[in-house]
Order: sequence, then structure tokens, then C-alpha cells
Amino acid sequence: MFFDLIRHNGLFAALTVIGLIQPFFLPLGASLLSGEAIAAEASAGTLRYLVVRPVGRARLIVAKYSAVVAELAAAIVWVMVVALIAGGFAFGYGSLPTLSGTTLGGGAATVRIVATAGYALVGMGALAAIGMFLSTVTDSGLGAAAATMAIAITSQILDGLPSLRAIHPYLITHRWFAFVDLFRSPVEWNGIVQGLILSGAYVAVFLGLALAVFSRKDVVS
Amino acid sequence: MNVIEASGLTKRYRDLAAVDELDLSLEAGVLYGFLGPNGAGKTTTIRMILGLVFPTSGRVDVLGQPMFGPGGAERALRRVGALIEEPAAWSYLSGRRNLEYFARSGGPAEDRNRRLARIDDVLRIVGLEHAANKKVKAYSQGMRQRLGIAVALLGSPDLLVLDEPTNGLDPQGMREVRLLLRRLADEGTTVFVSSHLLAEVEAMCDRVGVLASGRLVAEGPPSRLRPTADRLRIEVDDPDRARAVLADVDGATLDGSETPGERVLRVELAPPATAALVNAALVTGGVQVSALVPEQESLEDVFVSLVEGADVPR
Repeated sequence: MFFDLIRHNGLFAALTVIGLIQPFFLPLGASLLSGEAIAAEASAGTLRYLVVRPVGRARLIVAKYSAVVAELAAAIVWVMVVALIAGGFAFGYGSLPTLSGTTLGGGAATVRIVATAGYALVGMGALAAIGMFLSTVTDSGLGAAAATMAIAITSQILDGLPSLRAIHPYLITHRWFAFVDLFRSPVEWNGIVQGLILSGAYVAVFLGLALAVFSRKDVVS
Repeated sequence: MNVIEASGLTKRYRDLAAVDELDLSLEAGVLYGFLGPNGAGKTTTIRMILGLVFPTSGRVDVLGQPMFGPGGAERALRRVGALIEEPAAWSYLSGRRNLEYFARSGGPAEDRNRRLARIDDVLRIVGLEHAANKKVKAYSQGMRQRLGIAVALLGSPDLLVLDEPTNGLDPQGMREVRLLLRRLADEGTTVFVSSHLLAEVEAMCDRVGVLASGRLVAEGPPSRLRPTADRLRIEVDDPDRARAVLADVDGATLDGSETPGERVLRVELAPPATAALVNAALVTGGVQVSALVPEQESLEDVFVSLVEGADVPR
């Protein structure tokens, strides 16, 4: 989406790379990390030892989820930093033109690039919540990860079918690319706010389900 | 206050009761052996005691805390160490790193620091100090077992729950674990240990509970599990004369299983008869005794009869 702009300004490399990894690679990371979070401990036999630690089961879930989100944040930051450095070397930095034709100064541009990273993380956090829930209902980490990835892909496919427009606003991936609206002048908040609400709802529902399932689950692995 | 107090503890999987109305009390400082054949419900019981498996009905209190009441498990587990079936470790980390990970996980900061400070101690106690920095994937099964016991000991627990702790150990290792558990119990730690090795349990435990099809079929000190009546096997030169002599010994009963002419007699002893009195009577009566062997039913026989008596559904 920003491809043609990269050669004008290396800052765009960071945004382009988010656009590139958002549909597949980031969801893959989110699925693997979250799907394995509980289930892989179960199949490795370490889950029973974690549960007999003197911490509540809810805390275990929250800690695991926090770790997954932290790892995803590290992945996003790493990819963007590398892209910024590479983009700067190749094309240099300049003021950032917006999609509306105005330009942003260095400070404003930085804020919006950081906001882009944060927004991508929120979207991945929602997917990771689904993965956490699936990870509590099976002892197969890869199974949970594959199911989570399948949800991300299916959601994107359904989002591309015009005849299903009625369900589009509820699909987890529907607002993943709303971060481009950060680069309009003025910022187009509608899609971004809807994206944050949607992700928040997914996190609340699926992390809640994960907590509910796991706090009553017999640990027999 | 009992360290473990279970009442009516029941776990059903569909129609099958894995643990059936189990009552159990464990006093502080006792080394308790939990015996039973495979599938008797030992592991399910241990998992309920540790709060891993939720009972269908009944309750269990550990160190005075209800395991399935609000916050009870967390308070109790601060003072419990456990080895559940096989030890588990992150095999790509060294033994020491595994212990550090467990030491850092859970509980208030003072607990975590105390556990971290004990890592060298527990490594020494289980005899792993030389292999502490090796990756666990290079450990033998016996070393993994020791590491599992080390993890259980990290928090200086008041209650130690060990499921088959001598599995995979060589005879020397088994003996070391037995001595270690005995020492911990003598120092005041309550130890709850499951096993299917009868001799092992008999050698080290203060109390034994026998579980069969989810029910406790016998409980008491190991010596009490054996029948009290003594039996003697006597080899004599003249069985007919021996029978005549024994008929006059108060409390000695011939079981009558011997065939005519056989020179081996079996005698049941009841007070006041003793082996020494029987021997003296025979010798005085002119019978030459070439062997006099006390016969005790082995714990294995007792165990098998208890378990079969429990009517195990197949």
C-alpha cells in the first residue's frame, strides 16, 4: 500500500513492512505463541508442575497471555526498526507525506509510526486471545496454533467476499489495516476506533473463556 | 490439625468411580505409604490432594486449607512440594536453570528468594551438584528423578507429596531416596508417598494405606497389615511322635495339611504357645528337630488378598 512511496522516504519502509507481515506472518507468530502457551506445557508434562505452584490458575493464564503479547510486541518493534534502518540507508529520511497530500514533520511522523505498531499489536492481541482459549481446551499445542491460524485466514477470506458484507464488521481481521487512516490529514479515527473496540471485545470474550475453562479444568496431563 | 484430611472424596469419570468416598487423615511428621495396583486411583487421589483434579464430591483440606475453597489451594501450595508421576523439566535447560525457573515462579517475593537461596542445598541433597550445569536432555532417568525431587524440596515444604519417587532409580538410588525421605520425616516433614513396591513401603513408612478400586481397603502401620497368627514349619525325624507331643502343647494347632509319613509339619501358634516352647516340648519328648522355621505371610500375599477382597471390577 505504501510501496510506491518507499523510494521517496525511508520512513515508509516501516509502514510497508507492517502491511506485509500483518496478513500472514504476524498472525502465524501470534497463533504459534498463543496456541502453545498452555497446551505445549500440558504435552511436555510441565503444566501440572506450574499449576501446583502457589499461584492461582487465573494468574497463570494472564501471565502467559502477557508473555505472548510481549513477544509479539518485540517482533513488531524488531521488524519496524530493521525496516527503518534499511529504508533510511536506501532512500534517506524526509518529511512524511500523508495520503491526503499534506506533509508531517519528524516528530508527528514518529508518533504515528509508533501508533501503527501499537495498533498492529492490539489486533494480534485479539488473535492471541483466541489462541489462548483454544490452548486451554486441547493438549495439542500445534492443533491449537493451526486452528487459530485457520481462523485468521478464514476471517480474511470472508472479509473479501462482498456478499457477506453484513458480517464484515464482526470479523477479527476486518480492521487490521485501518492503521493507514493514521496517515491522513486529519486522522480518520472511525475505522481505528472500531478496530480497537472490536479487538477489545475479542480479547474480553476469549480470554474470559480461557479463564473460565482453565479454572475448572482437571489437569490430567 | 491434620496435614491431609479428606472426607468422602470422590471422582467419577462418567459412570466409573476412580476414587470412591475416600476418607484419609494424615498427621504431621508421618511418612505415609500409599499402596495400590495400577488403576486403583492413587494418581487421581494425589492430583485431588494437590488441587489439579476437581473432585465430583467430597472435600480435601491440606495444611488446614480447603483445596477447593477460594484461595485455599494457593495458601496450602506455598508449603507443599510435589513430584507427580514423572518429573518434568525443560530439557533444553540445565538442571540448575530448571530449579531457578521453578524457584522464581509463584508466591510472594520472600518465598521466591528463599527458594533461590536453597538451590545449592537441594542439588546437594539429591546428589546432583556435579551435573547441575548439564542440560537435562543429557540426564539419565535416575538423574531426572532426582531433579524432580529437588524441585519438590525447593520450598522447604511442610508436606511432600511424591508419586512413585523411586521409579527409574537403580537399587542404590532407591535406597538413597528411602533414606532421604526417612530423614525428612524424622525432621518433621510430612511425607505422602505412593508406590507399588511393597518392600520399599514396608521398609520406610510409618503408616500404610492400601487403595483398591478407589477405596481404602486397609490402613495402619505396616506391621499391622500382616496377620498376627504365627506359623511354624517344623521338620522332624518322627512325625507321629511329634504330633502326639504337640497335642499337649497349649495353643499349638496342627493344620493337618501334611500327608501321612511326611516329615514336615505346619503348626499355627496362638498364645501362650511360642516357637521356643514348641521346640522345647518336642526335644523333651524325644523328637529330633532338624528345622524350625517361622512362616509369615508375605506383605505381597496380604496385598493381593486385600485387593482381591475389594472386588475389583475388571
